[in-house]
Amino acid sequence: MASIELEGLVKRYGLTTAVHGIDLTIKDGEFVVFVGPSGCGKSTTLRMIAGLEDISGGVLRIGDDVVNQREPKQRNIAMVFQNYAIYPHMTVGQNIGFGLYTSKLSKAEKRTRILEAAEVLGLEDLLERRPAALSGGQRQRVAIGRAMVRDPVAFLFDEPLSNLDAQLRSAMRIEIKRLHQRLGTTIVYVTHDQIEAMTMADRIVVMRDGRILQVGSPTELYENPVDIFTARFIGSPSMNLIDASATGERISIAGGTIPGSAKDLSGAIKVGVRPHDLTIGEAEKGGFSVSGAVSAVEPLGSETLVHLDIEGAPVIATAPGRVVPQVGSTVTAHAEPGALYIFDAISEKALGRL
Amino acid sequence: MTTLTAPRSSVELAANRKSIHPGRVMVWTLLFIGGVIMVTPLLFMFSTSLKSAGQVYDLRLIPAAPTLDNYVKVLSDGRFMRWFFNSTFVALCVTLSNVFFDSLVGYTLAKFDFRGRYLVFIAILSTLMIPTEMLVIPWYLMSAQFGWIDTYWGIMFPGMMTAFGTFLMKQFFESVPDDFLEAARVDGLNEFTIWWRIAMPMVVPAISALAIFTFLGNWTAFFWPLIVTNSRELYTLPVGLSSFAVEQSIQWEMIMTGAALATIPTLLVFLVLQRFIVRGVMLAGLKG
Repeated sequence: MASIELEGLVKRYGLTTAVHGIDLTIKDGEFVVFVGPSGCGKSTTLRMIAGLEDISGGVLRIGDDVVNQREPKQRNIAMVFQNYAIYPHMTVGQNIGFGLYTSKLSKAEKRTRILEAAEVLGLEDLLERRPAALSGGQRQRVAIGRAMVRDPVAFLFDEPLSNLDAQLRSAMRIEIKRLHQRLGTTIVYVTHDQIEAMTMADRIVVMRDGRILQVGSPTELYENPVDIFTARFIGSPSMNLIDASATGERISIAGGTIPGSAKDLSGAIKVGVRPHDLTIGEAEKGGFSVSGAVSAVEPLGSETLVHLDIEGAPVIATAPGRVVPQVGSTVTAHAEPGALYIFDAISEKALGRL
Repeated sequence: MTTLTAPRSSVELAANRKSIHPGRVMVWTLLFIGGVIMVTPLLFMFSTSLKSAGQVYDLRLIPAAPTLDNYVKVLSDGRFMRWFFNSTFVALCVTLSNVFFDSLVGYTLAKFDFRGRYLVFIAILSTLMIPTEMLVIPWYLMSAQFGWIDTYWGIMFPGMMTAFGTFLMKQFFESVPDDFLEAARVDGLNEFTIWWRIAMPMVVPAISALAIFTFLGNWTAFFWPLIVTNSRELYTLPVGLSSFAVEQSIQWEMIMTGAALATIPTLLVFLVLQRFIVRGVMLAGLKG
């Protein structure tokens, strides 16, 4: 196991800069998830850590060693790819054992390690099968098994669950999390799925346009996003944003009321409220309330997502599972005090909670 | 009023499937004619090989008095077996060499990003535009200067690596996802082992196609082996068989017997590897 340190890490492709000098320290045994939209530089950063991309600038340390110039095999890291990258001409056992191809272990020791990995991943009965005869989840486990047998200092996962269906993805999330708890190895995980990031990470790194926007625990990012991008990226459904204006004493908003003073605020702002904080019904003790016409409903069983049209602005609120408002009807939704996020309309930076 | 349509019975569906479409009839007729045109010379070759010298110009497909004397004569003639060995040796060596070098270069061009890669590829491809007849003179001069005239190496060297094979393998290697190679790199394999252990097994259909076409091409090669060989011991089968015509005032029954024997390996290759040949032709977009 080892820590990983990124110091002003830069990646350039010709004149284009894909990663703009990022700084990050990943602690030994930590589970860090890089999250962001396509093209934000998260996979490029992971590939630089793996040694599959040359580093254009900055320093990369694994443990105490600077590894900028080291080949992938010299870094003792293992990587799991999006399309599993398990070799179709080898059996499951051979695939798992392939991680030990260059190892100096004896055949018996290699066999023991393969069996141990297969047991942890529930693949004991599939060792003689070819990948073509496996399900997506089983293939992913084989890929993880191949990484595990090497006993690397860190695991790198590049969107490993993207090719799985929703149910399997959910099951594999838990499996990977359990594996991390069991092995305690440093994991760097890349995904564009914020649910994966929220459910698995010790710390999340939000990236955009080759820069780190925010680093923090899932709760920190959910509760205290630094800007609109992070606020909307973390949490599902995304945070509602409503245009508002602050006059110094109060905040005016179309179709609703915001109680309390806005002493430090003035000018155009955006008010954010998470759909789960905005519930259908009248406010009991103050707080934020807003009224609008129901444009659509999404009953999910445990709750219902209610899409409202607030003076032309779309807003999502929630209602208890059995309450399904009529489309076209006008309803009021409210949020408790402290549930609002205030952002600057121009810089999009967070200004605080209300 | 609602009209209900009864579900069609399986018998009715089967009958529909079997109904003869005029277009299909035409296609089958054309294929049949094509088949007859291609198979007839082969049948005449086998038929003539079973005739005695006096019956050669009797054009009946089934010989009046079939005999295996020609086969006994050809097989007991030491020269034929020598030519058979020469052809086998040359075709096998060239095939192995092509599979190795064409794959290696194709893989490099497909998977490594280096300065001048495109230029190298174009240079290799451009050699496809030079007809063999034009190359024969430089090949011969080269062979003469290096002392390769009348040697196995002289017969083999022009075909040891081909632009076509390189192009074919490059196209196939491009379809191998980079993730497989990168996974192996992270696992600590060197580039040669990645090519040999990971990339090569993933393009087996292409290797099969290349191997089959190269083997058959060299088995039937005539022009260059004729030019570069002088001694009868080094003749390949096609060159050796042609010498029957020159030396012994065209003994058709002997030539046909030799040709029939020479055809057997290619027929066997086709019968055994038919699946790969068809797949290879389809994948490579080639004509047989």
